[in-house]
Amino acid sequence: MWTWFHRLASPPTFYRFAERLAPWLLVAGLALIGAGVWQGLFVAPADYQQGDAFRIIYVHVPAAALSLSVYTAMSVAGAVALIWRMKLAEVAVVTAAPIGASFTALALVTGMLWGKPTWGAYWVWDARLTSELVLLFLYLGVIGLHQAYSDPRTAARACAWLALVGVVNVPIVHYSVQWWNSLHQGSTLLSAEAITNPKMAPSMLKPLLMSMAGSYLFFGAVWLRRMQNGVLLRERRSKWVREIGLPAWPADVPNGRPLSGGPGTARRGDRA
Amino acid sequence: MSAVVAVFQRELRIALRRRAEWAQPLVFYGIVALLFPLGIAPESPALKVFAPTIIWVGALLAALLGVERLFRGDLDDGSLEQMLIADVPLALLIAAKLAAQWLLTAAPLVIASPLLGLGLGLDAGPVMVLFWSLLLGTPTLIFTGGFAAALTVGAPRAGMMLPILVLPLMTPAVIFGGGAVRAAVSGLPPDAPLYFLGALLALSLTLLPMAAAGALRNALG
Repeated sequence: MWTWFHRLASPPTFYRFAERLAPWLLVAGLALIGAGVWQGLFVAPADYQQGDAFRIIYVHVPAAALSLSVYTAMSVAGAVALIWRMKLAEVAVVTAAPIGASFTALALVTGMLWGKPTWGAYWVWDARLTSELVLLFLYLGVIGLHQAYSDPRTAARACAWLALVGVVNVPIVHYSVQWWNSLHQGSTLLSAEAITNPKMAPSMLKPLLMSMAGSYLFFGAVWLRRMQNGVLLRERRSKWVREIGLPAWPADVPNGRPLSGGPGTARRGDRA
Repeated sequence: MSAVVAVFQRELRIALRRRAEWAQPLVFYGIVALLFPLGIAPESPALKVFAPTIIWVGALLAALLGVERLFRGDLDDGSLEQMLIADVPLALLIAAKLAAQWLLTAAPLVIASPLLGLGLGLDAGPVMVLFWSLLLGTPTLIFTGGFAAALTVGAPRAGMMLPILVLPLMTPAVIFGGGAVRAAVSGLPPDAPLYFLGALLALSLTLLPMAAAGALRNALG
């Protein structure tokens, strides 16, 4: 297990691994999302209180779940990057942030669209909504911090620190519906009681679980692809990148500014 | 340990030589608090409702003001590099620097806050809670700001980055700080939000100097 893990941390091995895995994840993810959304929109019955408005959960709930999961994954990658100085984990941190920001924005927008007919307002300053908005700003902070540094390794490690410190917000978002008297409803899916005895009708629950699983797989595929890009960019001048037959990187450094972040900028104690 | 004391004393000594500079956050705080009554209409009862938030957000912005320059001068004159290579844990040195920063920029705000609170129409009970919430909360603000300053000190294109990084991280302190005063105003016990502020304080005093040290080493190393 550990040898496999260490081998995977080497950029060429990871690149080939991702090249094989990502298409499957993408196809499976899109198929599940498609089936889940189709069943949710056309097969599942209308809610007895909310009518057809509830159907937005088939987009909203997966997006909201991913907004938290992506942040958690990003900070775990950040910890790996800082503790084991693994370059691949640095790439993972900075490539996860835009995906997470997109899911967070999607969750906020779908929530607002649902809130207007159901609550009567697009936005209320409620604990769940506000903390989700703070999460979006945390993602934007990571993206902005990454662009503030010109050296990609320093930038990625600064982002890793920020992701680690910002992870305190994740439990706040998740438990906000329990800690504060929130207008947003509590969690229907995640509790020991709800798993053995679901609080949702199976005809509504099944499409939701499908679109959620599909979203996770889709995220996995997008993340792998973005990481592949990040690895290629960082390793653009190494031998293995030239060997996989991509078009050559356009003329290196006309003004003699040293390109950092490629091979040869390894730091003390680096792995892979 | 002597190095930690030396860093702390150095900060105070530098500040004492530039008296105008450490008075700035306090003046800024007063002006921010003054702008709200002008905007809301002074006789409106809304002012009393907003008073906890005005004072808390004012403190937050004033704390942010000083943090921006926290490592800049040390970076320019090379003493930051001496701290990096010193034979003392960098986290302790940063903690000493931040403690001095709190004493210079935030402690005056905490002391001035009862005056502002009374001025904005709060009663004596909520003003005491306001004082305690700021006493517990401002070190968290300063330490969070110090961490963000460490993240951006080496960044050539930082610009507006620091407030953008810091403000989302500071929201829990504002939520519980404002919440404590609001509870006191409406006659409820403010203990729970104050305990939350204490927990945040314990977390930020112990963990953030280490994170700041790591970020600083990364930015400059």
